Amino acid sequence: MSVKTRGIRAGGHSVWKDLVRMEEFGVFLILFAMVAFLILSTDTFFTSTNIFNILRAVSWIAIAAFGQCMAIITRGIDLSTGSVMGLSGLASAMLLVRNVNVPVAVLGGLLTGFAVGFINGLMIAKGKLPPFIATMGTWLMARGLCYGLTGGWPVRGLPQTFRDLGQYDIPVAGVGVPLPLLFMLLFFALSALFLRRTVWGYHIYAVGGNETATALSGINTDRVKILVYSLSGFLAGVGGVLMTARLGVAAPTAADGYELDVIAAVFVGGTSVLGGEGTILGVLIGAVIMQVLRNGLVLTGVSAYWLQAVQGLVIVLAIMFDQLRKRRRRG
Amino acid sequence: MSEQELILRMEGISKAFPGVQALDSVDLKVAAGEVVALVGENGAGKSTLMKILCGAYRKDDGRIFLNSHETEIESPLHAQRSGIAIIYQEFNLTPNQSAAANIFLACEPRERGLGRFLNFVDRRRMEREAQEHLSRVGARVHAAALIRDLSVAQQQMVEVAKALAVDARIIIMDEPTSALGEDEVETLFGIIGTLKEQGIAIIFITHRLEEVFRIADRVVVLRDGRRVGGMSISEATPEEVIHLMVGRELTDMFHKEEAEIGSPLMEVQGLSRHGAVRDVSFTLRRGEILGFAGLVGAGRTETARLLFGVDRQDAGEIRIDGKLVRINSPVDAVEAGLGFVPEDRGIQGLVLKLPVQENIALPTLDEHASAGWVDRRSLRDTAQEYVGKLNIRTPHLRQKVMFLSGGNQQKVVLAKWLASQPRVLIMDEPTRGIDVGAKAEVHALMSQLAQEGMGIIMISSELPEILGMSDRVLVMAEGRVVAILDQGDATQDKIMAYASGEINNNVVNVTSTGAKV
Repeated sequence: MSVKTRGIRAGGHSVWKDLVRMEEFGVFLILFAMVAFLILSTDTFFTSTNIFNILRAVSWIAIAAFGQCMAIITRGIDLSTGSVMGLSGLASAMLLVRNVNVPVAVLGGLLTGFAVGFINGLMIAKGKLPPFIATMGTWLMARGLCYGLTGGWPVRGLPQTFRDLGQYDIPVAGVGVPLPLLFMLLFFALSALFLRRTVWGYHIYAVGGNETATALSGINTDRVKILVYSLSGFLAGVGGVLMTARLGVAAPTAADGYELDVIAAVFVGGTSVLGGEGTILGVLIGAVIMQVLRNGLVLTGVSAYWLQAVQGLVIVLAIMFDQLRKRRRRG
Repeated sequence: MSEQELILRMEGISKAFPGVQALDSVDLKVAAGEVVALVGENGAGKSTLMKILCGAYRKDDGRIFLNSHETEIESPLHAQRSGIAIIYQEFNLTPNQSAAANIFLACEPRERGLGRFLNFVDRRRMEREAQEHLSRVGARVHAAALIRDLSVAQQQMVEVAKALAVDARIIIMDEPTSALGEDEVETLFGIIGTLKEQGIAIIFITHRLEEVFRIADRVVVLRDGRRVGGMSISEATPEEVIHLMVGRELTDMFHKEEAEIGSPLMEVQGLSRHGAVRDVSFTLRRGEILGFAGLVGAGRTETARLLFGVDRQDAGEIRIDGKLVRINSPVDAVEAGLGFVPEDRGIQGLVLKLPVQENIALPTLDEHASAGWVDRRSLRDTAQEYVGKLNIRTPHLRQKVMFLSGGNQQKVVLAKWLASQPRVLIMDEPTRGIDVGAKAEVHALMSQLAQEGMGIIMISSELPEILGMSDRVLVMAEGRVVAILDQGDATQDKIMAYASGEINNNVVNVTSTGAKV
């Protein structure tokens, strides 16, 4: 009697209302406002080159953020993301310069990311380490490996077929769509389906919402956590390999500090610090916001020295706005 | 004070939330040194009224007089300064600090001289004064003791002392007995008596009627946001109060319907865990409700946790249908056909942020999935089926569980286990903190499950519930099974005697009655 699905609840129903009710609507508004401002105030923002530059740069951050988001939904965090991106790209590059063929080298990079993530998961689930501590350890270790393996020198001379993964633009109706963007969309769809439609995804939200109750429901929460950190490592690996392909060189310092961009994208995208809430779409919008901001500050002529200060301010304001909106909606 | 004077008068209090009129012109009067019991089903408006009084909510309409002065209570701090203190069901204590630090939280005495300037806490004075407040409530708690080392009852005493420290004249207690064992309840009632003598007014929210008649001077009944009755306790009868609460007659509140008791379903032998459970053995039959009685801390919850594999057992054997099963984790337990309705649904039973349908499906997700993909239609249908069967009141299946009332939340926990079709259901305090109507529904459901051949273990601290619902009563004390009584044999007095160690079945030559082991 009392149960009706959203769609058939009577009176004043519209697509618009559904849109406004969406979790991601608040962050979407912020992005929309930023883009509108930049279109009106600069001539250079709304050009296909600039837009695709933004989206290409978003690609690896967003892919890594999809994994990070899962860790944060379980009430954890993955600080090792930036180092893992660097290490995975480096692993692929080192295989390539030893004449390993491209698919195997790429796989090597991805497995490296997965392995670090798996270790994170083991330490957190079985070793009962707080995620912050465990991933801080691997953050340093993975970065240390980058320096140790290279002696501090960048790895150069990567084959063109590998660099194409990050540099090739597919011509579509006269404009070149960057290949990394397509990879990003692929992983976006996979991650979103994974979280929303699979048993694993349900378990991830449940662990973040209430770990005790989930365990008492007969779910192996350790396995959920190991999976989440393995995926976070793997997706950071994907991002790292793509980024390395784009740059054409694997520096031991690559992606240094990127974990903060990735974590910022997740939080700006509306994922709750308290766990149990967050969507892949929100994270994608969050990642785009961060990149548009960076790009916009350059285009509007703000000094690079002020970049971080403005970024910090926007992160805080965006999250405040989103929470305010959610609180009012729940009233 | 010869003439009882009104310390609090609330007149025509109204409060609306989107979609509901939570309070509709409610009056409440409280005199100094008076204990007023505020009763009503969940959602009747008790908590809303109290939250307005202690500044957590603002009223839409109505007036509040404190000592005959009209007062607009603007914030919790303002309420506290006006002498109103509230003790919530979940205590507001910081576990890693001392009792003294908690009692003086936000008003710590400062050192004199330079220390005052630097904001140094005068720990000696704080602990000394805290000790005085603690002894005023008759608590045997050391002021320097850490909260995490105290029992629930002791923590509650710290809460009361905290209220005294800010010089509260009105203390609101929100279901203060729900977390206490029978003997601790007695201590609390003693404290309430002491507070009364000091002229402090107490507003007592409870679901247990026998408590109302034990300690209240007056009872005020709310239903659907309206005050439906208020009377002196000497003029009230339990039947009348229940009738006012639910608006209908409720006879035979605790009654298990006849079910055919079948063959042994679960046999437990020598279950032990160091320091908590000692050599527990019993047999549960098909269609049987086995009540677990005992004081808080007697090892009942610990036994349930061992059975369900939450904690590791040191020794013991569990057989289901005669077959030995190894239960080392809840995953094993679910596989063996067990279900567990834990004692605290918010912390252990539900993912409050998730919708009703996903909570119901949580233990059985695999059955709604092929190759890892969840079939959302099948999940929704199952949830829908149990929402209907259990009469769970929710606007829709996607409603987050946190927005449901306590009784409906508990039904979601039940639904989740029924959906997994267990053969043995362990229920730890299945009706704690839910209203009489929902309680009756839960009991009816338990009867029905027993009739269908399920075996049920029911832990309860409410003796009437134990006596009314159980086919046999297992009494625990100090981690051991001290008695297993048949329904006809069990009485309230007998159970209490076993539970408190006054009778000890297992030991011959008991030296004297009343000797604690």
